Amino acid sequence: MHIMEGYLPLEHALGWSAISAPFLGIGLWRLSRRIKEDPESRLFLGASGGFAFVLSALKLPSVTGSCSHLTGIGLGAILFGPWAMGVLGAVVLLFQALFLAHGGLTTLGANAFSMAIAGSWIAWAVWRAALACKVPPSGAVFLAATLSDLGTYVVTSLQLALAFPDPVSGFAGSALKFLGIFAVTQIPLAVSEGLLTVLVLNLLRGHAAEQIARIVPALKEVRP
Amino acid sequence: MNRRTINALLVAGTLALAAIPLFSIRAVDGEEIFAGADGQAQTAIGEIRPGYEPWFSPRWEPPSGEIESLLFGLQAALGAGFVFYCLGYWRGRNSGRNPSSLDGAGT
Repeated sequence: MHIMEGYLPLEHALGWSAISAPFLGIGLWRLSRRIKEDPESRLFLGASGGFAFVLSALKLPSVTGSCSHLTGIGLGAILFGPWAMGVLGAVVLLFQALFLAHGGLTTLGANAFSMAIAGSWIAWAVWRAALACKVPPSGAVFLAATLSDLGTYVVTSLQLALAFPDPVSGFAGSALKFLGIFAVTQIPLAVSEGLLTVLVLNLLRGHAAEQIARIVPALKEVRP
Repeated sequence: MNRRTINALLVAGTLALAAIPLFSIRAVDGEEIFAGADGQAQTAIGEIRPGYEPWFSPRWEPPSGEIESLLFGLQAALGAGFVFYCLGYWRGRNSGRNPSSLDGAGT
């Protein structure tokens, strides 16, 4: 989902940065307020950011014969909401842009929008909707993380199609082409993302059940 | 199913999803397999808009594949460090209250 440095025309680069900036600004404000009010949450914030850090560093093989990576955004979005997790996701992308030449500063706005912002909001919306439909918490976590991962790659494909519409078939043709590259590859990887997110939340609930239940009441343990 | 079995199944499922393509897909006629999707998108841009030149390039790039893998490895290690520090902290802190979770160790 990384759009490489310089690969978005100037007006698209500026446009996506302008769209992402308020999300990150509000997110930063809410994140600092959260840390002040609830210092105990810092460790879990570190774990959420760390999860996105490790997963987005590992490129996994997919059935399409190409490789891509997970995002790790769903965990933090469920624990801390989409505003805070958007900021942590953007930090991951900034690290990769600066030190790995992966993604870039001119495309940071677009990449932050697809992975950190859209990824977080999709995860959060799916999580809430699934709970409202009486899906058990683990199932809701799985759906949220899986669809957040897949959604990020769909957004990247649409961003690229907007910037590079096909001369003959236009936006739609270009979108199909980029979806073929990103979204199809991502389907099995998105399932992995869902499984790993359920696993890490299981481990956290196993060792810090009370603390997790305090952060997210829906994840309260129901012991027989 | 207890939690341990479920977690083992989650790990097995993730490993299988990565291992199945790795061992079932074979290169035909020396074509490159398991290339990055980001790079393929770059190629697709070149097909849609031939002659598109990126108008900005990274200030700094890892000078070799080895350095790049070093930095990716570092990123993964840092991330895993945060996750497991948090897990270990709570496991240690809460073990006193729940004797079954750490063989009765604790205060």
